[in-house]
Amino acid sequence: MNAVEVTGLTVALDDGSVIVDDVSFALESGQVMGLVGESGSGKSTVALALLGFAKRGANIVGGKVVVGGVDLLALGRNELREARKKLIGFVPQDPATALNPAMRIGTQLTEGMLGGRKENLPRIREVLKAVGLPSDDAFLRRHPQELSGGQQQRVAIAMAVSKGPKLIVFDEPTTGLDVSTQARVLEMVGRLCSDNGMAAVFVSHDLAVVGAVGDLVTVMYAGQVLETGTRDEVLLTAAHPYSIALLESVPSTRQRLPLVPIPGRSPAAGAKFEGCVFADRCAYAEDRCREAVPALVTAPTGGAARCVRVEHVRQNQTCQVKEPLRRIESREEGRASVLSVRNLNASYDRTQVLFDLSFDVAPGECVGIVGESGSGKTTMSRCLIGLHESQTGVMEMDGKPLPLRLRDRSKAIKQQMQYVFQNPYGSLNPRETVATSVMVPLKHFYGDRGKAARAKAQEALERVEIPWRLADRYPAELSGGQRQRVAIARALACDPKLLICDEVTSGLDVSVQASVVELLRSLQNDGLSMVFITHDLAVVRSIGDRVVVLSQGRVVESGEVESVLSAPEHAYTRGLLADTLEVDRPDAETSEVPG
Amino acid sequence: MATEMTTKQAIDAVEPVKAPSRRRNRRATIAWLIVQRGLMGVVTLWCISVIVFVATQAMPGDVAHIILGAGATADQIAQLNKNMGLDEPLLTQYWDWLGNVLTGNMGNSLVSGQPVSELLSERIFNSATLTVIAMILILPLSLLVGLLAAVFRDRFFDRSYLGTSLVVTATPDFVLGSLVIAVFGTVVFKVLPPVSLIPPGDAPWQHPKQLIMPLAVMTLVGVTYLSRLVRVSFIDVLESEYVQLATIKGLSTRRILFRHALPNALAPSIPAASIMAAYTIAGSVVIEYLFGYPGIGSALVDAVAGHDLPMVQAIIMLMAAAFFCFNQLADVLGTLNKSR
Amino acid sequence: MIRTRPREQGEQEVQAPPKNLTRRVLTSRQTRLGLIMLLTMIVFAIVGPFLAPHSPTAVMAKPYAPPGDGLLLGADSLGRDIVSRILSGGANLTWMAIAATALGVALGTTIGLVAAFAGGIVDMLLMRVVDVLLTFPTIIMAILFISMVGPSRWILVVLVAIGLTPGMARVMRGSARPVMRREHVMWARTVGLSSRHILMREVLPSVTSPLMVEIGLRLMWSVVGLASLSFLGFGVQPPASDWGLMVSENKDGLAIQPLAVFIPAVCVALFTIGGNLFAEGAARVIGRTEGTRS
Repeated sequence: MNAVEVTGLTVALDDGSVIVDDVSFALESGQVMGLVGESGSGKSTVALALLGFAKRGANIVGGKVVVGGVDLLALGRNELREARKKLIGFVPQDPATALNPAMRIGTQLTEGMLGGRKENLPRIREVLKAVGLPSDDAFLRRHPQELSGGQQQRVAIAMAVSKGPKLIVFDEPTTGLDVSTQARVLEMVGRLCSDNGMAAVFVSHDLAVVGAVGDLVTVMYAGQVLETGTRDEVLLTAAHPYSIALLESVPSTRQRLPLVPIPGRSPAAGAKFEGCVFADRCAYAEDRCREAVPALVTAPTGGAARCVRVEHVRQNQTCQVKEPLRRIESREEGRASVLSVRNLNASYDRTQVLFDLSFDVAPGECVGIVGESGSGKTTMSRCLIGLHESQTGVMEMDGKPLPLRLRDRSKAIKQQMQYVFQNPYGSLNPRETVATSVMVPLKHFYGDRGKAARAKAQEALERVEIPWRLADRYPAELSGGQRQRVAIARALACDPKLLICDEVTSGLDVSVQASVVELLRSLQNDGLSMVFITHDLAVVRSIGDRVVVLSQGRVVESGEVESVLSAPEHAYTRGLLADTLEVDRPDAETSEVPG
Repeated sequence: MATEMTTKQAIDAVEPVKAPSRRRNRRATIAWLIVQRGLMGVVTLWCISVIVFVATQAMPGDVAHIILGAGATADQIAQLNKNMGLDEPLLTQYWDWLGNVLTGNMGNSLVSGQPVSELLSERIFNSATLTVIAMILILPLSLLVGLLAAVFRDRFFDRSYLGTSLVVTATPDFVLGSLVIAVFGTVVFKVLPPVSLIPPGDAPWQHPKQLIMPLAVMTLVGVTYLSRLVRVSFIDVLESEYVQLATIKGLSTRRILFRHALPNALAPSIPAASIMAAYTIAGSVVIEYLFGYPGIGSALVDAVAGHDLPMVQAIIMLMAAAFFCFNQLADVLGTLNKSR
Repeated sequence: MIRTRPREQGEQEVQAPPKNLTRRVLTSRQTRLGLIMLLTMIVFAIVGPFLAPHSPTAVMAKPYAPPGDGLLLGADSLGRDIVSRILSGGANLTWMAIAATALGVALGTTIGLVAAFAGGIVDMLLMRVVDVLLTFPTIIMAILFISMVGPSRWILVVLVAIGLTPGMARVMRGSARPVMRREHVMWARTVGLSSRHILMREVLPSVTSPLMVEIGLRLMWSVVGLASLSFLGFGVQPPASDWGLMVSENKDGLAIQPLAVFIPAVCVALFTIGGNLFAEGAARVIGRTEGTRS
């Protein structure tokens, strides 16, 4: 018998729109299923619904969730409460907000278990040891805010595991963690599940994470399961056009590959569809796709996919294998660096966060700055643009000295150096239309008004593939990816020499990230120099020419991307690379072209 | 919704992990905070004394005119100025006055000639009694009403509560009070005395019937204000992820409400309670005047009407100081909460 | 080789366009009701004096005379026509409240925005001043000054406005500070746009939502404050007619002539409840559509 069986699980909002549509799957004891999807796909709603729980405003309207022979959705309030205590553990996304700040760790660990505190304590200590935390009384007396992020996440995992449930639901538990912590947590999750014979559902937006932890993989989109199967079936021989497209948009740390974005934008939660939910963005869609909702059918590769054209898609995939891109060799030798930084030191409230940073950006080059959280990379980018107050060092632009503070910089410098921010939702003035946003700097730097300004704005927007008909929209009407592109267009309108991109893709879904990365690459082809700050080695590999690795405010390694990421010299870089997960892909040499 | 969340996560992801807070550090912060507040308090109270002085005594000719009336002769004015020291330099006057205030010597009433401190002591006692009883009623009631409204959010109880509190908050105290008097004192039921005269020398609680109506109005106003804050902070907590996790863990509703939610929801309400105490002091002027209750609020109105300058100065300094103390208390409590 | 790209499709925008703030706020029945109440009371107060059958200050009958003799509701404590006094009793309150609100809101917004924008020492100094002002309850400050200077109407307006300013400045500074840290404002600084441009075009439009709520609330407080001062005898002076004053003039005759207290009291209450309905309704709509809880 399966440990967990979910059939026809459906969740709707109060107004009747369906946000999780007919989700079914089964798990055996010890099996881990990775549930992957982009934002708005309904994956987190599924995670909560597995416990018979729906957020305010949403209701579970149908289906069965059978865990250990009990259908949770058929239980009354009190029985459901008992069932949650006994059968299911839940690991939340952000333990910093999910642990009660006013209660001791020990109390929070024991209160969810059957039986008294005394009898449960030995078990708790055992589990705390298993997750690599201290188990003494002093630790149990602490409050959550006295622990680090990684420790909090371990406490949350221990809390779910200690009651020995049949099923554990992980809701994006590693999203806020650094890659090294993430790698350890994922390894631990796999071990705990197999040791304790627990089935697990692991929700994530990250294909690599799901590939690392899941025996089975399920892909969700717009509230529906589009493909499900074993890890190899889904990740190596994807059958559904969406899974294929998603895989192609993921960057790799091993090769500089072109990324293929998915056109269009993902539907809002609860959107209604006539036929296949992906038809509007699908390269293979034909009329019948839009007529009726396709059923999950067995794919030729073994899994199941919700696509009427599975066979056709499989045969007509021209080629799954992408050729590595060559580095751009447009650098003119002998010219001064666009930007040169020497001995940059910066501090926050008397705590020094940057130590003697030095690097150069050659014309037409993209320098990737990589670091984990706390490495000082954001402070560094703020220093470059002059927003940081307390910094010392020497900077030069085009061989001329560059004042450190913004107010000492000339208008020409401000025009030549443009900055794109991480958060696309805050980068644009919410009360100005797209066109106005782009025209503001035109007026400021060139005095362009009226028609002339509009023409230039149109040019800039078209360069970033924002159609002119969106020009009179407000930022709230655009998707995250579109906003980020408008922000880039606004920077381009200034005709800059150097673009500083601060984590510009980290707030975006992977398919949207691909479109922004490709856009930046094409700008680079036009001769724009870039400083690209990120925590993601794979993105650097896709776009960077040279890379600077930051750790705790110091440069630990720098050099050509190819050499640093293929043969890292510093132990820190090696560790970072080893901990960065990678989606397994068919090898370029050995895989055959199907069809 | 979902896209907003990913952005937030992304932002969280790049922010440095918060270092575990240290207890010793916190205690030092608290001590420093209290010292800082104390110094700030002295400076502010000094500012208030200057304002009061400037507004009253620093306008020489006027003071004498106001006290003696328009028909005063030049001789009378000169005599008065001499008696009150109004002919001396302003700075000297101010330091004399401040020295007297600090030593508790508030001068004599111009109306009765008795020392101000003597006249006010009973009034202060009466006002304090009223305020303390009101606070004793307001705190538990606000907690109860706010909690119920939050638990039954968007249901009938909550909606009718919100409607009522919206109306009560908007209605001026004197309007509420007049309506209460009309209903219980004079027009409809006539069960309670419409004015709350406490004979001199009696303690207010010897006349419980006189206290009911002013207390009712103060409590109503206080509860509607405070319970709304309790409700909002309870709703915040009930929607928090840790309460969601507690539900998912299968805990009982009682445990979730009282062990998980209450301590976290109470914290932001405590500073609000002291702010409310401060506003109760200011509001007492209207309530006491309306009911004729012999407290410092009604004393202020009488003193202004009778041009009793030393009384006005003393009462305003007193009220401002009390108001200020509760405000500072709220501030300190709020900062302590945040640092936790 | 790269897999053939799916054909380019026009991107779909599914979300409804966000309506402008005023229209959005007026979708709520509560705000509409509040606005209608406010406007009705304002019109009533302005037009009222012209409709009054008698002079509001003329003694027409014996004190507390019952209805009759052309006096629809009878006479007040001094024998004046109650109807006429009610009709003319709102004009002063209305213009004074609106003027005080406008002055206080403008002053407070300016201080708050400048403090948030300038930061550092300017911010600290401004906020210290605001803190000191906040420790002085409006009504007591007003009584203090009026007791010395006398109850001139403009002084009352200025005093109430000063009473509103510190709270307003705090709220606006609180809303503007997160906006100052937003990326579009930082961007404006990096390209060197002028302070005026940043304040007027980037910051101010982003704080219109709290501003709207605050205007409703402050209007309510102005009316409450001015009416309470009149009630205490420090506002509009007799023999002129004023709702707050009428309540205190006639409260001793409550048993005989309850309407002389009741109607002006309700007039004041309708005014303030209208303001509160509007403010809370707006806060709720804004909270729902902009994701901040109210």
